[in-house]
Amino acid sequence: MKTSKWGWAGVVVVAAMGLAACSSGSASVAPGSAGTTAPSPAATPVTLNLVAYSVPKTANEAIEVLWAKTPEGAGVTWVESYGASGDQSRAVASGLKADYVHFSLEGDVTRLVKAGLVDESWNSGPTGGIVSSSVVVFAVRPGNPKGIHTWTDLVKDGVQIVTPNPGSSGSARWNVLAGWGSVIAGGGTEQDAIDYTTKLFQHVVALPGSGRDATTAFLAGTGDVLLSYENEAILAKQSGAAIDYVLPDTTLRIDNPGAVLKVSNPKAALWLKFLYTPQAQAEFAKAGFRPVVKGVTIGQVKGANDPSNPFPVPTKLLNINDDFGGWSHANTKFFDPDTGVITKIQVATGKSS
Amino acid sequence: MTVAQLRNARRFLGGRRALPRTTLRRGSGISLGVAVLWLSLLVLIPLAAVVATAANGGWAGVVTTLSNPQTLAAIRLTLAQAAGVTVVNVVMGTLIAWVLVRDEFPGKRVVEIVIDVPFALPTIVAGLVLLGLYGPRSPLGFDVSNTRSAVFLAFAFVTLPFVVRAVQPVLEELDPEIEQAARSLGASEAQNLVRVVLPSLVPAIAAGAALSFARAVSEYGSLVLISGNLALRTEVTSVRILTYIENGQVAQASVVATVLLLVAFVVIGTLDFLQRKVTRRG
Repeated sequence: MKTSKWGWAGVVVVAAMGLAACSSGSASVAPGSAGTTAPSPAATPVTLNLVAYSVPKTANEAIEVLWAKTPEGAGVTWVESYGASGDQSRAVASGLKADYVHFSLEGDVTRLVKAGLVDESWNSGPTGGIVSSSVVVFAVRPGNPKGIHTWTDLVKDGVQIVTPNPGSSGSARWNVLAGWGSVIAGGGTEQDAIDYTTKLFQHVVALPGSGRDATTAFLAGTGDVLLSYENEAILAKQSGAAIDYVLPDTTLRIDNPGAVLKVSNPKAALWLKFLYTPQAQAEFAKAGFRPVVKGVTIGQVKGANDPSNPFPVPTKLLNINDDFGGWSHANTKFFDPDTGVITKIQVATGKSS
Repeated sequence: MTVAQLRNARRFLGGRRALPRTTLRRGSGISLGVAVLWLSLLVLIPLAAVVATAANGGWAGVVTTLSNPQTLAAIRLTLAQAAGVTVVNVVMGTLIAWVLVRDEFPGKRVVEIVIDVPFALPTIVAGLVLLGLYGPRSPLGFDVSNTRSAVFLAFAFVTLPFVVRAVQPVLEELDPEIEQAARSLGASEAQNLVRVVLPSLVPAIAAGAALSFARAVSEYGSLVLISGNLALRTEVTSVRILTYIENGQVAQASVVATVLLLVAFVVIGTLDFLQRKVTRRG
């Protein structure tokens, strides 16, 4: 009577699924009824859901305090979720409630555009949807014992590089592209860039999972140089890490996008607008990010090489749109797990060692 | 739950000879229903979803994914290290269980507790600790970071308790009179161990080994900091899966996951078979 046992199981499973369907049905009623109270936002306390990658947490919290002092931001309470950028984006795409999102790279917002959650015009503003910015830098041991100043110094004999894994960490891709771009910007050909990047990977001793993991591994003694972001290096120095960092002459601008969801509290759009004010950008600056608008009064930035001139302009500053044809193009060309140029270089260097 | 209970439960669910087919009364029917429901919600449906997603890319998708050299190397490395760690666990785990059951020594209670710590420690913390102790600044002068040994070490750390905890209760319940009888019949200590004690431990060891292997194959957190994730060298499957997910290639990620599931299924099945065979003989 084998069937009877499975018959039982089947009945139970089907019943359970029915139950699940019912409960999700009733849950979907709730937002609708909440929506009916929306016309009088001033009267009701507003809660905004912020979903972001983890690095700008401190800055966001400081800006929330500033915003709360303005008429628009008064009385707003926040529900916040911080985590790895890609994970956060996937969570929102699959239903995590969000009014405002802040990610480490554009593709994570593009995912939400494709899912119909963020309007296609999200990046049509003056900054192209970018709310915070940084540049790729080299974090080195105190005193820079290996004398690393340029991209070519990275591939000198005996230099060991740590950089987050460009395969599994989207934001790690800035670093590798910056190296690639330095060759092209110096007049090199595509083949020169391939040769250089191959050498770069031959010097890589560790590809930790994320930017923060890479910093952790570097601080634990792995490697001589860590390809990192200026804000990450400043943050590490602010929290007392024994590192120095070097801004190379040619580097890549890192753009972190922010967007409001199509279905969101109207206050969220006001918040996004506030983020572009000089006072909000000054808070990002304190946390090590470069401002995305002009006219920001930047005070002392603790942890920067020169706290009173924290963001010197590099000789040649590349950006993802003009130098790499935008993220969707760059992702396919460089990082596709089967055909990407960088993926192939990684495999080739893995084989040779 | 002791291994004996587990075995009984398994007999209840799948045993052909142990019990007649029609033992389902109303009470047991409900409990079976609840058990199957719980299993379905937590295990069967999610696993089916993984396999279904893998099938989305069709056969061609499976072939492309598995012929990617980086993926293939990651699968090979993960399975080889997991198998190696499992063998070590079988030996070391049994030894530790033996020591804990048969020997009295100061601090025994502490050791008892310490063994379970890898279960409780968030794996990323484990990774940090391993990197600190066996990384470039190792106070012990022992640097395995960014090598395959680091993968082995991380696997060994998180899977240590399985064999110990499976073997220990069985060893405790082993009737000492049987060993005394064997000795009185002239068996040497070695004979006693090999012919009397070990056979009764095999089911428990096999159960522990299966858990240990399955756990190792899926490990991520404890090794991301120390293994270096180098393509073709120290990159494990969970990192490959993340890579596919980061690139929006969920079908490929599921293909890799399905391969791991199949291998785990075969390994656990084989160990289970071994366990039954020995039990029946005993």
